[in-house]
Amino acid sequence: MALQDKYKELTDAAAAAGVSDLQVREQEGVLYVDGIAPNGAAKDQLWAIYDKLDPNFLSGDLVLDVKVAIDAAVTKVKVITENSNLNIRKGPGTDQPIVGKAAKNEVITLVNQSNDQWWLVRTEDGEEGYAYAQYLSPEA
Amino acid sequence: MKVLKVLPLLILAAGLVFTGCKPKDADVKAAVEKALKENPATAGVMVMVTDGVATLSGEVADDAAKTALDASVKAIKGVKSVVNNATIPAPPAPVVVTADDPLTAAVKDATKDHPSVTAAVADGVIKLTGSIEKAKWIKLKQALDALSPKKVDAAGLKIN
Repeated sequence: MALQDKYKELTDAAAAAGVSDLQVREQEGVLYVDGIAPNGAAKDQLWAIYDKLDPNFLSGDLVLDVKVAIDAAVTKVKVITENSNLNIRKGPGTDQPIVGKAAKNEVITLVNQSNDQWWLVRTEDGEEGYAYAQYLSPEA
Repeated sequence: MKVLKVLPLLILAAGLVFTGCKPKDADVKAAVEKALKENPATAGVMVMVTDGVATLSGEVADDAAKTALDASVKAIKGVKSVVNNATIPAPPAPVVVTADDPLTAAVKDATKDHPSVTAAVADGVIKLTGSIEKAKWIKLKQALDALSPKKVDAAGLKIN
């Protein structure tokens, strides 16, 4: 229960922000907080609180897995790499061959996101493959 | 003989007197409901009273709360006995940690663009060493937490 107290501000904020399917579970000295945030701002806010309660996330006592809800109607995603091109691969994994690339800020088609980490995308050139989801931002 | 004739009347009268003294079920129900509402732990419990028997339904947090509920309702005037049908919510499913092989592969994907960080996976624990910039560390920690690890041990990681 001590961990739930430590991160109470975080879980309260998650509930207040409308995080759905919110689950807070403590197991073997680690607190697991899962849920689906209504938007990216809500997720960022929770991570800011996490950073405040446990600076730099160094304690290793929280696994915060809050996904951002994505409207099923979203079909376009923007490439948000730092500056390089985004690799598009044959399968979901960095061990998979690269079948194409998308430039930073390019808007490409989202085919499906059945895999949380790797989304299936298609470029304007018709290249289809898997890209790392963290570098893709849904277009409204 | 006279006594025998009067006896049924006496019994009837006695019965009426006792019934008159007995609190009505509706009043008892109101008293129990008031008591339940006053305690946030039992605010979700409902009660029905029939002949002084209070039947409770609804949800309470745990076994201790259920036992306490029993005692508190029994203490209310007019409650002869308590049938406690309050339920306790099922415990949450345990956290499922990704097996080491798929977790290792997923960690490799997540850390690919952070060459200054070294990650090792053992029994579901992702142990990080090396160094990383703060802004990138937030992104990386978000990516790692999404992989269902047992924990992310960054004690050996230098944040710049």
